[in-house]
Amino acid sequence: MGLLDKEFSDGNIVIAPVEDVLNWARLSSIWQLGFGLACCAIEMMATSASHYDFDRFGVIPRNTPRQADAIIISGTVTLKMATRIKRLYEQIPDPKYIISMGSCSNCGGPYWEHGYHVLKGIDRVIPVDVYVPGCPPRPEALLEGLLKLRDKIRHETLRKKSV
Amino acid sequence: MKNAEEIFEILKQQFGDSILVMDKDSPTEPIINIAPLQIHKIAAFLRETEGLKFDSLMCLSGVDDANGTKVKDADGYDTIQGGTLSVYYHLDSVELRHKITLKVSTDRENPQVESVENVWRCADWHEREAFDMYGIVFLNHSDLRRILMPYDWEAGYPLRKDYKNPEFYQGMKVPY
Repeated sequence: MGLLDKEFSDGNIVIAPVEDVLNWARLSSIWQLGFGLACCAIEMMATSASHYDFDRFGVIPRNTPRQADAIIISGTVTLKMATRIKRLYEQIPDPKYIISMGSCSNCGGPYWEHGYHVLKGIDRVIPVDVYVPGCPPRPEALLEGLLKLRDKIRHETLRKKSV
Repeated sequence: MKNAEEIFEILKQQFGDSILVMDKDSPTEPIINIAPLQIHKIAAFLRETEGLKFDSLMCLSGVDDANGTKVKDADGYDTIQGGTLSVYYHLDSVELRHKITLKVSTDRENPQVESVENVWRCADWHEREAFDMYGIVFLNHSDLRRILMPYDWEAGYPLRKDYKNPEFYQGMKVPY
């Protein structure tokens, strides 16, 4: 018999692996960097507003990368902006997540051939967790992308799959 | 209120050889052609003179006329040699309610045009854009830097007809 076996009658005590608790905490408050680039940013703002209510998933925009957990690349990434995005990404503390929103940041979108100034996909500069297709994606699609990211975080672990 | 012909006559009388021709047959408004190194004093005259009073520069735009000879370079790309680059000035008088379009053409190999930045303040960024996209040098401009492309862009001027995009910019692959 253990030292504390059946010692507590309080129903507020929860037993769980540290990993599960950490992952739950991370996925429940993904603070995003307030960062908009083009028309996708309008949809992102609509998602943040009361009708679609990003905040119900704990997503609130932060004004500095040092307080952010995620960045949503919402729009056309020009080569000039790509160097800035890389710097912002490097300023976000680990663990950090990236949602690539819309065709432009996925692969260059309508600028794929003649856009002399457009980076053909943000994944050429920084690693992407979730791609959201659309031009621009509706708020539902962005919410779906966020749910995918939450799933990904929920199953994060330090251990290798097979030991 | 004056029509294009009257404005052309006034300019011809005042500046003579600096005013070249008026293109009346264009599908848009008539266009007055002007020598590229005389545009500043003509612009100042158009702005200040009683009865003309062009107080607003609606737009200043660069154009690649692409009227030189096409030559294939070593990689099989077309390059254009000779010919002209042009700058168009769309002027408006809010006070007298008349408009005019000016055009200057300059050598493609050494494109130089006088700046009108200190006549109409808004020409500052328009001229920087024309410099950025076509490489037209505006003489006496106070701050002629690139405005849209990165400052360290070395691949040339993107809106020229024979522009060739680079393979890499700062380690990022540019083509699809």
